[in-house]
Amino acid sequence: MNLEQVRADFPILEQEVNGKPLVYLDNAASAQKPQAVMDAMTQYFRETHSNVHRGAHSLGDRATALFEGARETVRSQINATSANEIIWTRGTTEGINLVANGFYRSLKQGDEILVSRMEHHANIVPWQMLAEATGATLKVIEVTADGDLDQQSFRDQLSERTKVFAITAVSNVLGTINPTQEMVATAKAVGAYTLVDGAQAIPHLGADVQALDCDFYVFSGHKLFGPTGIGVLYGREDLLNEWPVYQTGGEMIHRVSFEGTSFQKAPYRFEAGTPAIAEAIGLATAMRYLDDLGHDNLREAEAALGRRVDEWVADFPGLTRYGQAQNKVPVLSFWLEGLHPSDLGTLLDQQGIAIRTGHHCCMPLMEHFGIAGTARASFAFYNTVEEVDTFFQGLQRIQRLFTGK
Amino acid sequence: MTTDTNFTNTELGTDITTEDVRDGFELLDDWEERYGYIMDLGKKLPAFPDDERREENYVHGCQSQVWLIHWKDPESGRLYLLIDSDAMIVRGLAAIIMIALNGRTPEDLLAVDIEGLFEELDLMRHISPTRGNGLRAMVEQIRATAQQYT
Repeated sequence: MNLEQVRADFPILEQEVNGKPLVYLDNAASAQKPQAVMDAMTQYFRETHSNVHRGAHSLGDRATALFEGARETVRSQINATSANEIIWTRGTTEGINLVANGFYRSLKQGDEILVSRMEHHANIVPWQMLAEATGATLKVIEVTADGDLDQQSFRDQLSERTKVFAITAVSNVLGTINPTQEMVATAKAVGAYTLVDGAQAIPHLGADVQALDCDFYVFSGHKLFGPTGIGVLYGREDLLNEWPVYQTGGEMIHRVSFEGTSFQKAPYRFEAGTPAIAEAIGLATAMRYLDDLGHDNLREAEAALGRRVDEWVADFPGLTRYGQAQNKVPVLSFWLEGLHPSDLGTLLDQQGIAIRTGHHCCMPLMEHFGIAGTARASFAFYNTVEEVDTFFQGLQRIQRLFTGK
Repeated sequence: MTTDTNFTNTELGTDITTEDVRDGFELLDDWEERYGYIMDLGKKLPAFPDDERREENYVHGCQSQVWLIHWKDPESGRLYLLIDSDAMIVRGLAAIIMIALNGRTPEDLLAVDIEGLFEELDLMRHISPTRGNGLRAMVEQIRATAQQYT
């Protein structure tokens, strides 16, 4: 993989911020888009746009073909069995809400929902609301000091009362790669429905839903180098066809009368209203782009960045790293002694370096570490080892500024 | 117990004026000097009483914690502010806000063009609505307080 060529595919990276070359290290919040994604969307708007699944004219047919072709691309990229298992959503958050919504009539007092302490709020609050409404109990898998999921805590809390097991495959704060496949299998053995939040995992690890063997898998387009406003819910086809509908309206119905309405099968039963057509095409283009670069090449590039980060961290006075798991994606959550993360973010921005600071929508995890927030640098394959150096040199300058040395 | 002197015992907005800040900024060349200066201003914030760090005095922002209380001098009719934050740059920016607004009558306070000042100092990004650091909320809260007294 020629990094210079790859970077040229991401025109946004070639700019100055505050007079310095942009160093974009906020990829876990949202990743940048390759030219191919922008071109595919522009071309769609210029040449093809029309509503889908209406069928009366040629443009509509072409738009539908592109839209359904995008669904098929996603199917093949995540190795689902059928394109009917791919539901377009607005993103991970909506996917989780859609699944949680389906439990409102079936869960009851005594049932348990099992999540972990490292979940994003999007994989906590929908379950909390569900528990409140149904009388079910929300249980929490604890996190070890290193930032791994505590497997003992998982086994202790899993039981035949566990009806839902919802877990992130990768922590957005710590970068920890969870043993999702094994945990899903264990949870299925007690009869729980399983949902995997792949928002942070799929940009780094890809996804194979058949290997994972989970009931539901959710992810967002914009973290996967695609557009915002689009995401995917994968679900097993037989399960989806009986899953309670979420939003209702046009497109998702089979027949409507004032005596009653019947609904379509998956995926359409969950796609009420006109969908985000261009965004779906954009997301599929992003996934093809990554596939063309080669997932092994991407992993290799990221591993090199991760090693450089580790080298710096090993010998950086005053830097505390949160997340020491053996198995992790290139994310650095940290605290510099005596420096508020918000100040760090501002002073790095002055040097053209973009990171995120705060609680990262993971307040229960912050509580676990006894901190209000962290600074987080998150890397993507288009980042360079030189950018890693620039980032740490930037931290050194800030340290000097604060200590007056 | 927070007393009147907690509020009046400061040079921000009295001895130190926005003119001083403008002059100070003119001498600064790069970001390190600028933010060094801002953080030095933050060190001039008067002490914030520990027992006032309560929920009702908390200014909700995304990244740092900010507290704000005020006192109106019944004799002069002037408003005095106390602001605190756990972030150094927010403290510095709060000091600039105090320099611009502290110890003024509600009418005078409302007439101050704080956005204009921040624009001039090239700090607008810190109080624009797009930044979730609570500074915008702080300014709005101070103005709402002043409004109550007019």
